[in-house]
Amino acid sequence: MPWSKMDTQRQEVSQFRARLWWALLVIVIVFVGLVSRLVYLQVWQYERYATESDDNRQQLQAIAPTRGLIYDTNGALLAGNRASHSLTLVPEQLIGGRRGIDNVLAELAQVVSIDQNDVKRFNRRLNQPRRPHSPVALRFQLNPTEIAQITVNQHRLPGVRIVPELVRFYPLDKGFVHALGYVGRINDRELAKLDSANYSATHHVGKLGVERFYETELHGNVGYQTVETNARGRVLQVLDRFEPVPGKNITLFLDAQLQQAAAKLLEGKRGAIVAIDPKTGGVLAMASAPSYGANQFVTGISNANYQALRGSDDLPLFNRALRGRYPPASTVKPVMAIAGMDSGIISRKYSLWDPGYYQLTEGGRLYRDWKEGGHGQVDMHKSIVESVDTYYYAIAHIMGNDPMTKYLAQFGLGQVTIADQPEATKAVLPTQQWKRINRSASWFPGDSLNLGIGQGFLSATPTQLATMAMVLANKGKWHQIRMIKAINDQPVEKVSDIGRNDPKQPSDVALERSSDWNKIHNAMIDVMHGKKGTGRRSGAESSYKMAGKTGTAQVLGIKQDSTYDAATIAERFRDHGLYIGWAPAKDPVIAIAVIIENGGGGSSAAAPLARKLFDLSILGAQSKTKAKEGAENDG
Amino acid sequence: MADFQRWAPDAQKHLKQGPGLWVKLRLDPFLLVLLFAIMSFGLLVLYSGSGSSEAAVQKQLIRYGLALLGMVIITQINLRNVQRWIPLFYIIGLLLLLAVLLFGVGAKGAQRWLEIPGLPRFQPSEVMKLVVPLTLSWYLSSRPRPPHLIHVLVAVVLVTLPVLLIARQPDLGTALLIGSSGAFVVFFAGLLWRYLFAAIAIGAAGLPLLWTGMREYQKQRVITFLDPESDPLGAGWNIIQSKIAIGSGGIDGKGWLQGTQSHLDFLPETHTDFIVAVLAEEFGLMGVCLLLTLYFLVLIRGLMIAGSATHPFDRMLAASLTLTFFVYVAVNIGMVTGILPVVGVPLPLVSYGGTAAVTLMASLGILMSIHARRPQRT
Repeated sequence: MPWSKMDTQRQEVSQFRARLWWALLVIVIVFVGLVSRLVYLQVWQYERYATESDDNRQQLQAIAPTRGLIYDTNGALLAGNRASHSLTLVPEQLIGGRRGIDNVLAELAQVVSIDQNDVKRFNRRLNQPRRPHSPVALRFQLNPTEIAQITVNQHRLPGVRIVPELVRFYPLDKGFVHALGYVGRINDRELAKLDSANYSATHHVGKLGVERFYETELHGNVGYQTVETNARGRVLQVLDRFEPVPGKNITLFLDAQLQQAAAKLLEGKRGAIVAIDPKTGGVLAMASAPSYGANQFVTGISNANYQALRGSDDLPLFNRALRGRYPPASTVKPVMAIAGMDSGIISRKYSLWDPGYYQLTEGGRLYRDWKEGGHGQVDMHKSIVESVDTYYYAIAHIMGNDPMTKYLAQFGLGQVTIADQPEATKAVLPTQQWKRINRSASWFPGDSLNLGIGQGFLSATPTQLATMAMVLANKGKWHQIRMIKAINDQPVEKVSDIGRNDPKQPSDVALERSSDWNKIHNAMIDVMHGKKGTGRRSGAESSYKMAGKTGTAQVLGIKQDSTYDAATIAERFRDHGLYIGWAPAKDPVIAIAVIIENGGGGSSAAAPLARKLFDLSILGAQSKTKAKEGAENDG
Repeated sequence: MADFQRWAPDAQKHLKQGPGLWVKLRLDPFLLVLLFAIMSFGLLVLYSGSGSSEAAVQKQLIRYGLALLGMVIITQINLRNVQRWIPLFYIIGLLLLLAVLLFGVGAKGAQRWLEIPGLPRFQPSEVMKLVVPLTLSWYLSSRPRPPHLIHVLVAVVLVTLPVLLIARQPDLGTALLIGSSGAFVVFFAGLLWRYLFAAIAIGAAGLPLLWTGMREYQKQRVITFLDPESDPLGAGWNIIQSKIAIGSGGIDGKGWLQGTQSHLDFLPETHTDFIVAVLAEEFGLMGVCLLLTLYFLVLIRGLMIAGSATHPFDRMLAASLTLTFFVYVAVNIGMVTGILPVVGVPLPLVSYGGTAAVTLMASLGILMSIHARRPQRT
């Protein structure tokens, strides 16, 4: 080995050993540091920690924040809080483990009523992981007599505590649950997902709707206090306190009056009404019928009541406004007309002779118009006013799938555009690809014909239809569809303002010729006010103009050459009545979608309801105008 | 003779009597005795910390048995002879870490385990605790020393890749251990002081920049992370309770099985990361100092082995493994006594758990293997 190499090697070894010494120095310093820390804790601070450890009376208690309130657009309270007292046990303060608990339960049973279910749920809570010395709930909603009974007998009941808490209360209750959702007691599954520190004093969580979506904002932040208690768990002294941060108050666009009116109009029916403010995209009303009371879910619904709700054929728990998927039927015709004109495929002057049916091929299947014998010569205007199916069979046949689904998507179909209702569904916008994947079949011309009149594979939720009405009313201008108007009085334009994800939203619909909007608007005004308009009975005798489109969705396929008689078919197979529209026609303040399941035609079942809500929101509550109810037939 | 060897004349004694049993087995009796002392003490505390669970102690005993077996096997291998396989191990390790992120399973929001049919489920990050120092020692031992800047940068990349993948799981404790094991190799390869200070300076200068770039809620998270006591119901609960446990232990402790903090369920994770709080509560300052002394002796022995190794690969590896062992001890005790933020680092050879024991003993096995193959001087 050459000397130079040996030299560098030796040099390297000595350098390495030097580094080992450095490392040893660091190790010694750190060990000295650790030992000093231990000496500080175990010798210097010994007295303090020994006391803290011995002193089981000193406890850290979490304080639940007050849940934020929910107001309607005019400041009416929709969701508030009220005091409720619950009966709790602190197992650590009972002597004798499980036997001690059973003894106290037996004593308690002589004082207040406690049933098997209460004990069963108490045992479940007892076995869940929890902080030592935290109370375990046994019963909720004690009445004043029960509170007095327990307080008087407190000396016999060690470890028993009455804990007051604020729980959610919905003053207007029933008609609002499908718009607001509700809160309920936190269950095991939710417990695993929630931030356990922030929820350590919270017993309720938003389960559905707005209450669920804005859970973070409504909940607030937990506070805590250190307290000194006596052996029985009574608080003697609060040593220090860190106040909780209450949840934020939320104002919705929802108009309580309009919502109540909508719920009332739906009474005894199955259906939904959604109203949107076209200037903001705010939801003014969202009703689904039948409905149910939300307050019973807050304190724990009884099993019998819950089974009754679940078992009902009318599906009261089902939110039709957000999740009901209905064929939109003729309500999509204005969009179809736009698709034809704007894509350039259908001439603006296009007209045809309607014999009352349409055929793809000579002698083939008859695609029927709703009016036997047909409407005669039909152009675009007339096709909307009188809801001529034949016209749309023809233009759908010419256009094919693509332009129709493209334009329907621009009006919000087939996607969720409402920002803050987590239950909303996107329904089905049947593209050719959709059919290939879901039906394993290619797109047939007959499918286009059905799509042209809003039937077949196409479905939409009432919320989507109200959105479509808004975009039509706005001549293509979109707003984010949302419940929230403001949070702690700060206006919310988009949910991203408060750090949430905006839903994907189509861009504003820009037509090649903006005059096409006027054509569609005029036709939809004539639906309500024209001599032959399908909604003329609902549009009559009004001091303002409105625009709309009726629809009648077939639930049962009608056989060839047979006539359809609603009376003879079981109620469940009757047509769904639909309506979309807005008012006033020129300067809209409300866009609406109404769906009445098995209600028959849209002009008789749905349009009159919309008229009443138009009157209420434009003329106010004093309005006595009544839309005449007519039994017209339409397409 | 190296300074370190002069310190421990006992270690040389057996050589004079010719190759004895220890030499044949290539085991280091000095380390072995320390190992058994720490494990026995640990099992005693574990019995108390697990709530007098014999099952837990038995299970841990079986793990220790298996880990010891693994250690003996590793001591039989001369790592220098398998050097050419190291890059392959490294690549496989990285792929496994990627697989963890994609298909891994886990609990409490972290994805750390890999379940391959036919194999017991395991944590690839644990394997990397050995593979990373091996890789760096292999890489830098065949480069000029002190390493050129370019080699240092390659080494940084080699360490950063697995560290980032593990931090994503997220497993900050393991990421920290692996990152430091890599850094130690670079340091012992003779990294120029000016590079070291430059790295520290850049890091220090980067922190405020990072801070101003963060959003409000991210800052809040960092604050809670650094100062858990601002959140006494969440992250702070563990620390407050463990400080009470340690402090109330005093000088001589409350006695075995007499700890109130641990036995009344105030203290969480009494048998895993926070086990030293149980020890401190029941055996007091004297108990912790005894354990710290045992650890200190392990570290001294490790440094001695590194100092007497001649091949650069051996000595960098030995020094890095020893210092990583030190990081385990320092971070765990630092976090339980409330001077470091809570990251999941177990107390070596005491905390309940199988995988950590296996990797720790394997690294001790490597130390013994290096020791057995040092040049025999008479």
